[in-house]
Formats: sequence, structure tokens, C-alpha cells
Amino acid sequence: MPSTKHLTIALAGNPNSGKTTIFNAITGTRQKVGNWPGVTVEKKEGHVQRFGYELTVIDLPGTYSLTPFSIEEIVARDFVLDARPDVVIDIIDASNLERSLYLATQLREIDCKVLFALNMADLARNNGVRIDAAKLGELLDLPVVFTVGNRQEGVDELLRKAIDLAESGAPVPQKRRVRYSQDIETAIGRLRTFIKEKVTGPLPYNSRWTAIKLLEDDRIVRERILAAAGPVGPAIVAETDRLRRQLADRYDDAPEIVMTDERYGFIAGIMREVLTTARRQRVDMSRTIDKVLTDRFFGFPIFVFFIWAMFQLTFSLGAYPMDWIGAGFEALGALIQRWMPESLLRDLLVDGVVAGVGSVAVFLPNILILFFCISLFEDTGYMARAAFLMDRIMHLVGLHGKSFIPMLMGFGCNVPAVMAARTLESEKDRILTVLVTPFMSCSARLPVYLVLAGTFFAQRAGTVIFGIYLLGIVVAMLSGRLFRKTLLPGADAPFVMELPPYRMPMLKSLMIHMWDRARMFIQKMGGVILVGAVIVWVLSSFPRQVDYQQDYGALREAAESRWVEQIAAADPARRPVLELALSRELAELRRQQRTEQIAQSYMGRIGKTLEPLVAPMGIDWRGGVALLSGVVAKEIVVSTMGVLYAAETDSEDALGRALRAAGMTPLAGLAMMAFVLLYIPCLATVAAVRRETGNKWMIFSVVYSTGLAWLVAVGIYQGGRLLGLS
Amino acid sequence: MMTLKDMREGQEAVIVRVGGNGALRRRLLEMGLRGGVRIRIEKYAPLRDPLELVINAMHFSLRVEEAAQIEVVAPAN
Repeated sequence: MPSTKHLTIALAGNPNSGKTTIFNAITGTRQKVGNWPGVTVEKKEGHVQRFGYELTVIDLPGTYSLTPFSIEEIVARDFVLDARPDVVIDIIDASNLERSLYLATQLREIDCKVLFALNMADLARNNGVRIDAAKLGELLDLPVVFTVGNRQEGVDELLRKAIDLAESGAPVPQKRRVRYSQDIETAIGRLRTFIKEKVTGPLPYNSRWTAIKLLEDDRIVRERILAAAGPVGPAIVAETDRLRRQLADRYDDAPEIVMTDERYGFIAGIMREVLTTARRQRVDMSRTIDKVLTDRFFGFPIFVFFIWAMFQLTFSLGAYPMDWIGAGFEALGALIQRWMPESLLRDLLVDGVVAGVGSVAVFLPNILILFFCISLFEDTGYMARAAFLMDRIMHLVGLHGKSFIPMLMGFGCNVPAVMAARTLESEKDRILTVLVTPFMSCSARLPVYLVLAGTFFAQRAGTVIFGIYLLGIVVAMLSGRLFRKTLLPGADAPFVMELPPYRMPMLKSLMIHMWDRARMFIQKMGGVILVGAVIVWVLSSFPRQVDYQQDYGALREAAESRWVEQIAAADPARRPVLELALSRELAELRRQQRTEQIAQSYMGRIGKTLEPLVAPMGIDWRGGVALLSGVVAKEIVVSTMGVLYAAETDSEDALGRALRAAGMTPLAGLAMMAFVLLYIPCLATVAAVRRETGNKWMIFSVVYSTGLAWLVAVGIYQGGRLLGLS
Repeated sequence: MMTLKDMREGQEAVIVRVGGNGALRRRLLEMGLRGGVRIRIEKYAPLRDPLELVINAMHFSLRVEEAAQIEVVAPAN
């Protein structure tokens, strides 16, 4: 074996061209999917060894062009420009050849080695489209390989050709690129010369491409040239503007529009030579399905049904494994309790780590099912239809049809939901969506509602919880409208969206999506939640030295000796009853002691300080502490309440009794639910908001949501009291 | 003069000119909505906005207000 050589291959292509399928086919199960830090759309990276080479395959976001129109396009373009992959494989959707070639011509203008994967040619052929691949390769002077991604066809050949191309020392061919009309070529030439004369140092990109992009008024290239050219930057910009004005006069239209048109002209020439169609009016499955799913009358009911079914599946099917996981953690806790000698470490493990992480781990099945459903919507193509149906409504409240997707995902978990906002093209729309998405009640908040609504509203708990979800949606909509009017004025981006044909989802791809989410969730449990649980435990267990009002040791002894005497005296048949009474009394004493201990712990002191803030909501200091710990993750609210109200067991029932015993009223329960719904979602979400929008918006989001939560909760409690409710 | 928003479901037309602001216009051009291209209105969304149109067997959605920027004529045949 020769020593392995390393090559980087980037996959580019239009959305829905089957890029990810090819990616999965190349990297197989050995892929390592990773998210890049910073403002990026999720690029995927896979590593694989083939033909004696170590290959790194990058799945770039799907784009229609390399104009910096959306973040996805900027990411894709920057990767090709800056990371300089050895080869770029452009996945061409054979049934959309013309538009695929538009991206291809832009890739061709950058100095990089490109080869085509003519994908889904089988489908195209069924639709009466025939493509002369040899001719296409000849016209553009690059290798073309037929592939059928989901059947692994052509993937080996594609890789071998990619390696050959990377290893060939041949310079990137220049002659087969787009030639613009005379005046534009003259302007490009002039600007190139101008830049070469003025700038002495090296420029970031090749001069022809730079000149083209400057003439197209590409703001990112302009900024980078300004940064790279130093003192001569302004002169270059001035020359660019002069040439642009000249061209605009000459063509009576903006140069970028003319150039776009000319690229299509170039493509039309290629199309004439390589494509033969016997196109017939398609009455295909996809259209038939679509006719039903976006029908005037049935469209919305079907949509509502799907969403309902998704939640139904998530929560009812998820309940079974949820119980198993819960039982597993309980058993683990009991096991440690039994086998470890009593010590601080044991308490930490049992009450801190196992109980804390366990109370969160139970949601794994829910999250898996929810993401399975969402992936199913995405992979089948229904998600685009959901945006299509909802755009009108979203538009009314200042949001965008595509905002709907992150908001829907928000019901599962806000973190990926906030990340999903990247598909929105305009920055204002994106920020707006990120700001309102946390109001969508995520699955982590549900356990809090279950406990509170279950305790205080018994039979009507379901209705109350539904109302809380609805409140979140209303707040999101109103906030969206408010932000659009004040902070982020202007119209939302145009709703230009491709509605891809419905496709049969592939199990493998669904599984990969699901696994990605599960991994994220498990990492969160191992990280943030574990740390949070331990902190809560430490704060509630220290200081160890507590001045108790009663001498619990003596009380326990007294009780024991009293009962032991009675038991000894009683007739044997009655003994078990008496023993039970003894253990009850001991438990009650333990509970009292724990309550007193927590009240004096650091946690108790923090809670007492917080009390003036939470009292107007009808919540006592313990509730306040639970809410504070919920900043780490909402799931912790329940486990903290469990600790603070010193409920003996973890069951919801016991906690409910303890809450009522502590004097909490239904009205306060409602206020607390509203607060939990609206305030800071969790650290992970805050981090995601910061990553997507920056520090300023993150701080705004935290302050706005928490302030609003307080106002709403106080409003509910005080308003309710004025109305004579309790 | 007819624009795309004046068309009914199932009607076909040929694009004459794509108007509107820079970014949107360029976007539409890049996606293939250019002069001379034949389009068909597939349907309107249940709330009558946005609409779905077909070019070369590709389906797009577009808001009515955006469609109003696209001038069309009836096809020759």
C-alpha cells in the first residue's frame, strides 16, 4: 500500500438535487457528522478511505447560485473560495438541467476543479429527458459521471474520477467558461487591469472572478477587496461604480441582471446541444398528492391533522420507553443507595447526578419521535407545503412562511429550531424568527405543566396545558408583529420557494437525522444538565451545619422507643400495621428536617432573596429557586421542586401534595406555568440564539422574554385575585 | 398589461419582463423566471396567497404581491 494521501472533496448543488444522498452513499456508515462553530449552516463532513486515499467529504448547503443571497450561499461560496477543496463535485439534477447549470457556470468562474455528477438521470429519462453526457463534458471541459445516489450507482466511478482530477496537475481550464457580451467583457478587462495596477500585494481571489463580482455589486467581495487592497480600496470601488454606471446606461438595466441573463444565454446554448426532450404534460404522482394536500378545503384540515398526529405519536408512543427509562434510573439510584456506604458522595450520586440526569433522560424517546416526524415532513417534501399553506397567516403577523418551520420544531426543542431559522434568506426575518421561536413550548417544559396542571386542575389538566401552548403561540405572533413594527421594520423577504416533488423518504436518512438529534440531546444531558443538577444539589445540601429548631435525632429516638414498646406489647398480627406507622412517622420527621435544612442552605438563602420578585406571582421562595435553576434547563424545574418541597418520592403525586401543603393555589400554579412558558428557555437555547444572532440580540431576547414572563404571570395572579379567584 | 397575479389556476403564459427590486428580481432570474419562459399557474394556496407556478416541470411558490411584478402575455399557441 502506498502511503495514504489526503484529499478534500466538496459536494455542491441545488437544494433537492440529491446531494445528501450522494454524501451518505460515499461516506456510508463511517461518516462523522460535525457542526461547524460560528455563523454557519450545518455543513456535514464525512471521512472515508477509498482507493488508497484518505478522503474528507464536505456536504455544502444546497444553493441555486453563489450570489450572497442567503447565509447558506455565503457558506457554500466561502468554503469553495477559502478552504480550497481539491475537487468540487457539482451534483446536477438531471431533470432540472438548466438551473443546475446556472450554479455550475458560477463554480466554473471560480478557480476550482469541478466535476459533474449527473444525478437522478433515471427519473429524468422516465420523464422523457435525455442528456448527452459526453457532449456536456466536452462543452464544459470537465468529467461527467451518471449517478443514482439512492442506489449507489456511479458513486465509485465518481470518486475515482474526482481523485484523478485532483491528482492531475492540469490547470483549471479557462476556455469553457461563460463569455459575456462585448461591453461587459471590456468592463471586466478594464477593472482587472485597474486592480492589477493599483494593488501590489496578493489579492484573495482570482482577478477575473473578482472583477465580475465587483461589477455585479457583490457586497461581500467588495468588502473583502476593500479590506485587502488597503489605501487603494476606495479607488477600486470608485472605478467599479463608474463602470457599473456605464454598463447600466448601455443596457438600460443593472449589470448583474444582464450578466445573469447572459449566463442563461450561455446555458441555453449548451442545452440545445445536449438535451433532447419528449416532454409531455406530467400527470405524475407528486401532482396528484399535492392536489389533495394543498387543496382549498382539505389542505388545512389535513395539515392540522398531521401536526396533531405528530404530537399524539410523540407523547403517547413516547410514554412507554419514557417509563422504562424512568424506572431504569430509579433502579440505578436504589442500587447505589444499597451498595454504597452512607456518605456525601452517595448523596451526590443519588440525589444529584442520577435523579437530576434521570429526570431529563426520560424525554429522549419523545425527542427522537418528534424529530423522526419532522425529518419525515422534510424528506417527503411536505415541509415546503406547510410553509406554502401557512405563509399568508405568518405574513399577517410580520413573519415569513418559512418561519413556520423553526416554530414548529420549537415544540420539540428550541435549540435545533433556532438553528433551523437559517433557511430564512433575509437577516431581519431570521432574527425575528429566532426571537419568537423560544415562545413555542418545547418538550422540556411539558413536565412542569404536567406536575402543576395535574396537581391543581385535575380533570381539566389537558385543557389547561393546551391553553398554555396556545398562549405561547399567541405571544410569539404578537411579539413578531411588535418587533416587525418597531425593531426590525420593513417587509419580510419575498416568498420565493421551490416546492420539490414529493419523494419516498429513505429510512437511512431518517435514521441519520434522528441519530444527530439524539446525539445532541445526550451531549446536552452529559454536559449542561449534569452540571446543573450537581450545582442544584450542592447549593441545596450546603452548608452542612444547620441550626435546627427541633432536635430531630432526639425526636427520632423518642418515636422509635415509643413504637418499639407498643410493637413489643401488641399481638403479633397487629405488628406490621404498627411498623408501618413507625416508618411513616420517621419519614415525616426526615421530611421536616430536610425542609428545614434546605431553607437554611445556600439555595434557601438565594430563594429568600428572590422571594420579593416571585411573591407577586403567588410563588414562594422554593418556586423561585426552581425557576432560577430552570434557566439551566427547564427539565430541572421539576427535579428542583422535588428536592425543595422535600417530597419523599419522585412521583408527581407526592410533589403535588407537597405543593398544596406549602400553600400554593391553582391561580399561582397557572401563573407559574405561564412564567415557565415564557421566560429564558434554557442555556442551550440562549447559546444557540447568540450563535445565530450575536450578543446584542441574545441579551435582548433574554431580557424581553423574562420581563414579559414576569408581567404575564403577575398579571394572571393579581388579575385573578381581583376577580375573586384563588 | 397582464401580470402573473391576474392569471387563474391552470392558465399558461409567457413571461415578458420581471420587475421589482434588485435582490428579488435577481433571485427570480436565477431560479429561471426570465423573459420568454413559459409558465403555468398550478394553483393558489387555500388562503389565495401565495401561488404555485410551474416552469419546465419545476414548481415554485410566489406571493401574489411578487407575482404582480412579473409581466406576462398569453402564449402564442
